[in-house]
Amino acid sequence: MRRVYMDANATTPLLPEVMEAMRPFWMEHFGNASSIHLHGQQAHAAVDRARETMARFFACHAAEVVFNSGGTEGDNTAIFGLLHPGDHFITTSIEHSAILEAARRLARHGIETTFVAPQPSGLIDPMDIRRAIRPETRLISVMLANNETGIRQPVEEIGKIASETGVFFHIDAVQGAGKVEFNVRRFGCHLLSISAHKMHGPKGIGAMFVRRGTPLEPLMVGGSHERRQRAGTENVPGIVGLAKAAELAMHSMEDGTIDRLAALRDRLETGVLQIPGTGLNGKSDGDQPVPRVANTTNIWFDQLEGEALVIALDLKGVSVSGGSACHSGATEPSHVLMAMGLDKTRARASLRFSLLKTVTEAEVDYVLKVVPEAVEHLRALSPVAAGTLG
Amino acid sequence: MTESTTIAVAMSGGVDSSTVAALLAHAGDGSAVSRNAVVGLTLQLWNQTRLAGRHGIPDTPKAGRCCSLDDVYDARRVAEHLGIPYYVVNQEARFEQDVVRPFVSEYLAGRTPIPCSLCNNHLKFDQLLQTARSIGASRIATGHYAVNEYDSGRGRWILKRPTDLAKDQTYFLFGLTQAQLARTLFPLGRLTKPEVREIARQHGLALAEKPDSQEICFIPGGDYKQFLTAYLEEQGEQIPETAGELVTSNGEVLGRHEGIFNFTVGQRKGLGVSSPSPLYVLQLDPVSHRVTVGTDAELATRTLRACHLNWISIPELAGPMRVQIKIRHRHEPAWATLEPAGSDEVIATFDEPQRAVTPGQSAVFYDGDEVVGGGWIV
Repeated sequence: MRRVYMDANATTPLLPEVMEAMRPFWMEHFGNASSIHLHGQQAHAAVDRARETMARFFACHAAEVVFNSGGTEGDNTAIFGLLHPGDHFITTSIEHSAILEAARRLARHGIETTFVAPQPSGLIDPMDIRRAIRPETRLISVMLANNETGIRQPVEEIGKIASETGVFFHIDAVQGAGKVEFNVRRFGCHLLSISAHKMHGPKGIGAMFVRRGTPLEPLMVGGSHERRQRAGTENVPGIVGLAKAAELAMHSMEDGTIDRLAALRDRLETGVLQIPGTGLNGKSDGDQPVPRVANTTNIWFDQLEGEALVIALDLKGVSVSGGSACHSGATEPSHVLMAMGLDKTRARASLRFSLLKTVTEAEVDYVLKVVPEAVEHLRALSPVAAGTLG
Repeated sequence: MTESTTIAVAMSGGVDSSTVAALLAHAGDGSAVSRNAVVGLTLQLWNQTRLAGRHGIPDTPKAGRCCSLDDVYDARRVAEHLGIPYYVVNQEARFEQDVVRPFVSEYLAGRTPIPCSLCNNHLKFDQLLQTARSIGASRIATGHYAVNEYDSGRGRWILKRPTDLAKDQTYFLFGLTQAQLARTLFPLGRLTKPEVREIARQHGLALAEKPDSQEICFIPGGDYKQFLTAYLEEQGEQIPETAGELVTSNGEVLGRHEGIFNFTVGQRKGLGVSSPSPLYVLQLDPVSHRVTVGTDAELATRTLRACHLNWISIPELAGPMRVQIKIRHRHEPAWATLEPAGSDEVIATFDEPQRAVTPGQSAVFYDGDEVVGGGWIV
């Protein structure tokens, strides 16, 4: 059976070049980057080169790059590393659980959080952020692109507000990496977190931009790795893989890959929206899609359950997801879609298609054949359908 | 879509349903049927951490409970081991509406509900069949100990007691309709529990020695009063005031009690009165909130009424019929004569008086090994 993977926002496969770049660092150049001898120097040089690549990726200085284990660690570090009892924190209600759960923990330590809700379009209004600022506000954290809808948030404007008001600004850029060109000065952020595996790098490795002078307390303490910002022996193969993935991502943003990806996403979206009783999640008042990353579309289907459609599509060889993979097992309707004002039924009946950069026209066409069949079949059986139609 | 031969197995993470998956995934000749011919499903019905920390409910739920992450993990491991697709389907909202809510209301109304039958009748089979069909499976299989056979003479699906009578679960299955039975397989019906464990071992299932679960799946520790309190507190509701008098059958007031939901018919402990001979709860009055107590002898009754009937081996009860009746899961079926009593109601007259006929429980009627039908005791 044909298998089509359309869940790139959950994770992506390594590109062969990434695998190749990492290969020598498992057995041949296995040294500890902190060691003085040749083995150590080889590893250290590889980490340094990777740091320079990441500096280009973020458009920052090499000394501002800290390697860590991925997006969750970056998000947690920003929050626990900057906020102290009595501080106020501003984030949004559509963040990843790595932010939301960290904020919940803060509450137990006397740190209050304001969760700014998005507009029905899915966009955060920077003015809402501005209005939430208090004298004791120390940190704002907003995602660059939403994992479920792909909606690109106006971080540049929020960065200006942060700068004007003297508040630190962290961007969870996990879902923007490799899809949006980064420039941390233009974003106006002090901190920014990414994860390698969302852009064809390995799992378990990530990086954080930490603007010089930001008083960030490390989450992990121990050795003097990463300029004392993150203790723990460097994951050299992972770091090399991340840098290779970042290099390829920068290249793909200049060679037309993103435009091609957007065109195929649009073709998929237009095709799926031909099915009666469907609609796009994330539109402005003018009915236009709001700014989004090129690979993601989130669509609601009336008269069926998203969960059943995900299973039916899986059995037909199509991997998609109802929302964030980080909530598997839990099946509360998406907090992102609910925050955008969808009711529970519609939030449960929504699917996220997130395409890999390597997606082909044939794959899109296969999905466009399978989805309408599955929807029709499910609706024919569904008591939800009977209830709605009757 | 054409009728498929795909079977969806309801997997709880226990030995029984895991063995069903193993039996179906690997046909008798040892050849594995094609990957998509068997699909494992787990209905996620209750979040075991939902009431954690409330009213004496532990912060972390015990392991090995239905719908716990541990059980989902076990079911997933079995599916991986067998090479079958596996999915968790969330039905928490419907479970709460169709099982938990009625369970709570029944207790508050002075009856003693059986959530497992509520679940089987109103949710499990209905929902499993629905989900199965939505993924292209025409039939479901479960790990219940029961036999389900088509009798062409009568043109009906017949539910029968299993070979392993100690594991007989037909009492909880009386509500299955003909349409549901026609699409349901009980592959363990002719096996004993030790045989099932042996099959699990032969298939290399790591959970072959996992202990049986006995308690109500959503009640941590089995303390239903604690559950009622914690659930109502979570819902922001008050426990209705049902305190009242504790009286004997001839009206003598022995004392007061704090609420009728603390009692169930036949209960002996925790009555809060002393008496020379043991006293048992005979009756709970949801209107006057009076709890009547009496001797063991007074607990016995000759008749019962049952409503909300479902018939399995017969289309309906036309006239008096001799049957054996089970009034509790662990009750030895007792001979009785069943008679229609108005619409959707029957009266049963036992040959010998039966102890603690409890409103809210079900009465299941047997003709030998066959389930004739059943209903809810009024």
